Amino acid sequence: MAQTAFVDEGLDHEHGHEPQGFIAKYIWSQDHKVIAIQYTLTAIAVGLLALVMSWLMRMQIGFPGSLEMVDQERYYQFVTMHGMIMVIYLLTALFLGGFGNYLIPLMIGARDMVFPYVNMLSYWTYLLSVLVLVASFFVPGGPTGAGWTLYPPQAILPGTPGRDWGIILMLVSLVIFVAAFTMGGLNYITTVLQARTRGMTMMRLPLTVWGIFVATVLGLLAFPALFVSGVMMLLDRLLGTSFFMPAVLSQGEMLEYSGGSPLLFQHLFWFFGHPEVYIVALPGFGIVSDLISTHARKNIFGYRMMVWAILAIGGLSFVVWAHHMYVSGMNPYFGFFFAFTTLIIAIPTAIKVYNWVLTLWRGDIHLTVPMLFSLAFILTFVAGGMSGLFLGNVVVDVPLSDTYFVVAHFHMVMGVAPILVIFGGLYHWYPKVTGRMLNDTLGKIHFWITFLGTYAIFFPMHYLGFVGIPRRYFEFEGIAFIPDSAHLLNEWITIAALVVGAAQFLFLFNLAWSAVRGRPSGANPWRSTTLEWQTPETPPGHGNWGARLPIVYRWAYDFSVPGAAEDYIPQNRPPERDAPGLHGSLRAEGAAP
Amino acid sequence: MVSQDTMHEPALRVEPAAEGGWEGMVADLSADRQAFRDVPWGKAMMWIFLLSDTFIFGCFLTSYMTVRMSTTVPWPNPSEVFALTIAGTHVPLLLIAIMTFVLISSSGTMAMAVNFAYRRQRGATAALMLATAVLGATFVGMQAFEWSKLIEEGVRPWGNPMGAAQFGSTFFMITGFHGFHVTVGVIYLLVVAFKVRRGDYERRGNYQIVEIAGLYWHFVDLVWVFIFALFYLW
Repeated sequence: MAQTAFVDEGLDHEHGHEPQGFIAKYIWSQDHKVIAIQYTLTAIAVGLLALVMSWLMRMQIGFPGSLEMVDQERYYQFVTMHGMIMVIYLLTALFLGGFGNYLIPLMIGARDMVFPYVNMLSYWTYLLSVLVLVASFFVPGGPTGAGWTLYPPQAILPGTPGRDWGIILMLVSLVIFVAAFTMGGLNYITTVLQARTRGMTMMRLPLTVWGIFVATVLGLLAFPALFVSGVMMLLDRLLGTSFFMPAVLSQGEMLEYSGGSPLLFQHLFWFFGHPEVYIVALPGFGIVSDLISTHARKNIFGYRMMVWAILAIGGLSFVVWAHHMYVSGMNPYFGFFFAFTTLIIAIPTAIKVYNWVLTLWRGDIHLTVPMLFSLAFILTFVAGGMSGLFLGNVVVDVPLSDTYFVVAHFHMVMGVAPILVIFGGLYHWYPKVTGRMLNDTLGKIHFWITFLGTYAIFFPMHYLGFVGIPRRYFEFEGIAFIPDSAHLLNEWITIAALVVGAAQFLFLFNLAWSAVRGRPSGANPWRSTTLEWQTPETPPGHGNWGARLPIVYRWAYDFSVPGAAEDYIPQNRPPERDAPGLHGSLRAEGAAP
Repeated sequence: MVSQDTMHEPALRVEPAAEGGWEGMVADLSADRQAFRDVPWGKAMMWIFLLSDTFIFGCFLTSYMTVRMSTTVPWPNPSEVFALTIAGTHVPLLLIAIMTFVLISSSGTMAMAVNFAYRRQRGATAALMLATAVLGATFVGMQAFEWSKLIEEGVRPWGNPMGAAQFGSTFFMITGFHGFHVTVGVIYLLVVAFKVRRGDYERRGNYQIVEIAGLYWHFVDLVWVFIFALFYLW
């Protein structure tokens, strides 16, 4: 395999081996752009499943007993599968497999990922993991209802829904997913590090690439913990080992297990689980930086600080995991350390938020659909991040733990916020992928319903949490301390959830309809600077760049350079002597080491 | 538009030789085109994979240490469990000592193979890689012997007569996972050795693949040193 490196590394690319025929081109494709679309569509499809499950759960909470099919077991299965699908099979796959695959080679001026075959394998392995996951709906007992964190001992004890088959398929699917992610992730990292085009230094990379790059590094170091805990729990379940299982009396019967450590699973799980939050957030940070800069026609404020903040957040994300475990029974002194590191993360994160706002300040803000979603992301991320400060402190977390306050917090910060970026990104890059614009009116309707609707859903949950409403409960009948207003709020939240969910079908319709009927976009509809908009063809052809690779002369943010003829200068435009653009490019050179 | 750009001679500043220290390291890593100069893609990818794999083994071994410390039943004494009785003499850790010696030796033959590969001596390279693979296979064979001996003595993943059940669980899981790595490595080495012998890499004169396979092999050996120390000497 190593020798292929030298074929592609030269500027001259041998043409004429473009795959022919529908199957070679679109099914068993090794082209990063096709793989990206495959990843995206699969992730959206499985995400719809999770969306429908959230509807069913909300129906039960808002209008208990209104749907007969939602019984207690199914409710827990929906809770589990909704969480697992959204976090791993939708967000991780879409950001890294979808956006990562499409944008990395195009943004750094490469013809493809460094090992296209491994990249293709990554998608098909991912699809396999999704199929195994979906298969658990069709086995006796249904999918696991252990909660998305799969805490032992209950995850594999009799009485938990899906104990017979569901949990096994869940764990197998996760292990397969880790393998798929590893194959993709190795490609993304090697491509960013070693396959950039001439002039594209690391400090000229668009922040989107930085975000995806660091998130992938986090993934390659964090997913091993999930892999190991998955393997060990599989052994506990199938071979009767006792890694995570203490001696348990279950339903009046003493089980065979003894001497294992349930806490160990929580440590392993959150050593994966917390970086996972940033695996989802960092690509979002990167994409939003580029979107804001482009649609405000202004260079990003503090590019180098943005890069260092991404790296700092990535590093810190590995030393905060036990803040998910304040009430787990671990040594309380740990809480001091982990609260400290957790609150430190607020510093690089605040740097990023300030830089976004300062980028907007006195910018020429175009309220396009991608920009609307980006602005919504900043608001939502700040709102969700603020409640994180409460939960990061041990004394405040203890009473709030396991209430709807936690549900509100993580849905705002790592559910809604990244999804808003995904929408922004899809509206932004759709013209490059298809050559057509998404419908603007539909986009704005979709935006306002989604943005206001998610606040209608998750803001009241903070209040529910303060009142002490426990999360994960199937029903709240006969619990004395819960006031009537809480029931009313739950009805309101359910109605909002139904509306927001329905709006997503509007978006899907827009995706499909615009692919055929959309207004042709041209090569660079947003007048953007980064390389993916400078391809000779739109959508980019096989090999992306025609005969010659682009050469990069400047950073990615030359917007509104004083004296320049246009309000943007593409990264691959060389500096002209005595031309007004020179000033801007010199400044850019100064910004890049 | 792109082809126009390439008409101009690129006005790239050649970076001066990097300063030392932290600044220099950052300048080097963020350099034009390649973060690691002249490192081929396959080699970079193998290093990154090994970093990720280190975390897998790290998690396995940390879990092992945790369950060993938190279990409520005494841990079996490794120097007795892993002893062989030869001609009436009780020799602790004999088999493991031989296994470790074999695996470390295979790292030596592998390093020699890489050396000969860069000299483009195909015969010697293939022979040394074959020797490495044979040593690796010997290691796996001895591990199979060790496993069957323990199984005969009643050690199972879910329990054993000597003490804590977690002894068998972690032992079979971690040595099994490592043995799987060695087996994959043996197959990988055989394939590459065969291709070297056949002259597949002669056209470009590029024998990086031998070094890449060697990286993997040395990693598997290094991991064994930790497993050896933590399982048999603790």
